[in-house]
Amino acid sequence: MTAITQIRRNDQPIYLDYQATTPMDPRVLEAMMPYFTYKFGNPGSRSHAYGWEAEEGVEKARGQIAKLIGADEKEVIFTSGATESNNLAIKGVAEFYKDRKNHIITTVTEHKCVLDTCRHLEQQGFEVTYLPVQQNGLLDLDVLRAAITDKTVLVSVMAVNNEIGVIQPLAEIGKICREKKVFFHTDAAQAAGKIPLDVEALNVDLMSISGHKIYGPKGIGALYVRRKPRVRLVPLIVGGGQERGFRSGTLPTPLCVGLGEAAEICMKEMDGEAKRLKKLQDRMLKGLQSKLSDLVINGDLEHRIPGNLNISFAYVEGESLMMGIKGLSVSSGSACTSASLEPSYVLRALGVEEDMAHTSLRIGLGRFTTEQEIDTAVDELVRHVTKLREMSPLWEMAQEGIDIKSIEWAAH
Amino acid sequence: MAYSEKLIDHYENPRNIGALDKNAEDVGTGLVGAPACGDVMKLQIKVGPDGLIEDAKFKTFGCGSAIASSSLVTEWVKGKTVDEAETIKNTDIARHLALPPVKIHCSVLAEDAIKAAIADYRAKAAKKDEPKAAAE
Repeated sequence: MTAITQIRRNDQPIYLDYQATTPMDPRVLEAMMPYFTYKFGNPGSRSHAYGWEAEEGVEKARGQIAKLIGADEKEVIFTSGATESNNLAIKGVAEFYKDRKNHIITTVTEHKCVLDTCRHLEQQGFEVTYLPVQQNGLLDLDVLRAAITDKTVLVSVMAVNNEIGVIQPLAEIGKICREKKVFFHTDAAQAAGKIPLDVEALNVDLMSISGHKIYGPKGIGALYVRRKPRVRLVPLIVGGGQERGFRSGTLPTPLCVGLGEAAEICMKEMDGEAKRLKKLQDRMLKGLQSKLSDLVINGDLEHRIPGNLNISFAYVEGESLMMGIKGLSVSSGSACTSASLEPSYVLRALGVEEDMAHTSLRIGLGRFTTEQEIDTAVDELVRHVTKLREMSPLWEMAQEGIDIKSIEWAAH
Repeated sequence: MAYSEKLIDHYENPRNIGALDKNAEDVGTGLVGAPACGDVMKLQIKVGPDGLIEDAKFKTFGCGSAIASSSLVTEWVKGKTVDEAETIKNTDIARHLALPPVKIHCSVLAEDAIKAAIADYRAKAAKKDEPKAAAE
């Protein structure tokens, strides 16, 4: 089947939020379809052909996922998504080894599901160290090395950040963890299928994967659990003992098949797609920079997936900008888009000042993004940023040479 | 976030954007909010010899609700006396634009902006009267 180049209807806004979720690739849907209907068997049914057929689909998918990350298929277990995988990896290890070790290390820019899992463990008496990141969003390896103690059981560092797209130095982190005999978990929800990942080369012991971030279905994910040296986990969900006892419950065969197919397509197309996206990322950035001043790229631009840009449009508040660019679907680091009214904790962790965090947009590019869409997006952004700057008192002050930081603002 | 039609209209077609001469004696300027909070409003009024506000201009850095709130109040203060303008309440602004609860602070800020502009105007007027009073 040939690749589909456009997936949106013409009356829909241009989708530029690929870090939030991705549309399912029609090829994935096609692979899944039979498992909704006539191949409906329970993959756990060992006694008849329906079960065998479903099991075959599931096991093929497991192999496809394993191949994407250089693992053995026996080391891949299915979960409901990356949130569950992260919960299982962190709580599972912490719980199993708690008699000997009780310390976990992670970073302040992790996804909420990792941070909240760690908070939960803290309440249970575990010790957690939240490492800061550098201004470019990357972990300082010396800081990591210094944080590891003889009580440390697990280091959990995300592969690619969901807001700023930066790629952490996984190989170096893995090496340190292996030397110190500490398990290394990485949340690869934003990385798998986008950058090459090899659990052997990276010395990763646990890796979380999400279906819907890689053009697969929502509601499915996977956790890689190393067998040599063996990582043991206390399961979150118990029951029929499926998935080597790590995750009970009947497998959702169509979703498993979809995740497998999505993984295989990503693997086959990764090189070409990365190059294509890099061109689009460059095109967008150059387009914006040629027409707008005072742009700040948040996060390292080199160590970054090509499908992400996070830009602060100084003097223009993010939510009002999003209201203007109605033809584009993006997300903002501005407080005004969140219920808590707090600006993005990831941007704050990079040392981005609050006023600049309020002006940030996250732009996510992906498989179905076209050059034409990028050009339209640039035009629309330029038009609205210009309009909003003309009505921004901060822009006016900046043009008059007044330093905004010199003014004593009343907090409210 | 779902916004009312009125709010969207003020965001898309903001009234009275611009600046008045902040050094002019008949112009009062209010600058409220803080960049770190994500809202800054600058609101200016120009008071005619008859004591009525004959012009109002604003510039706002902030979300759609903040922009709409400040746009709306510039419309409302025009033609009013300074004393009348001072009675505009944030609740009126919030009700008119049907602001969602998390955006009520935008209307508070707009009220503050009018008050600050009026205070600035009055301070200028008092200064202008002072030397005259001393001379008499």
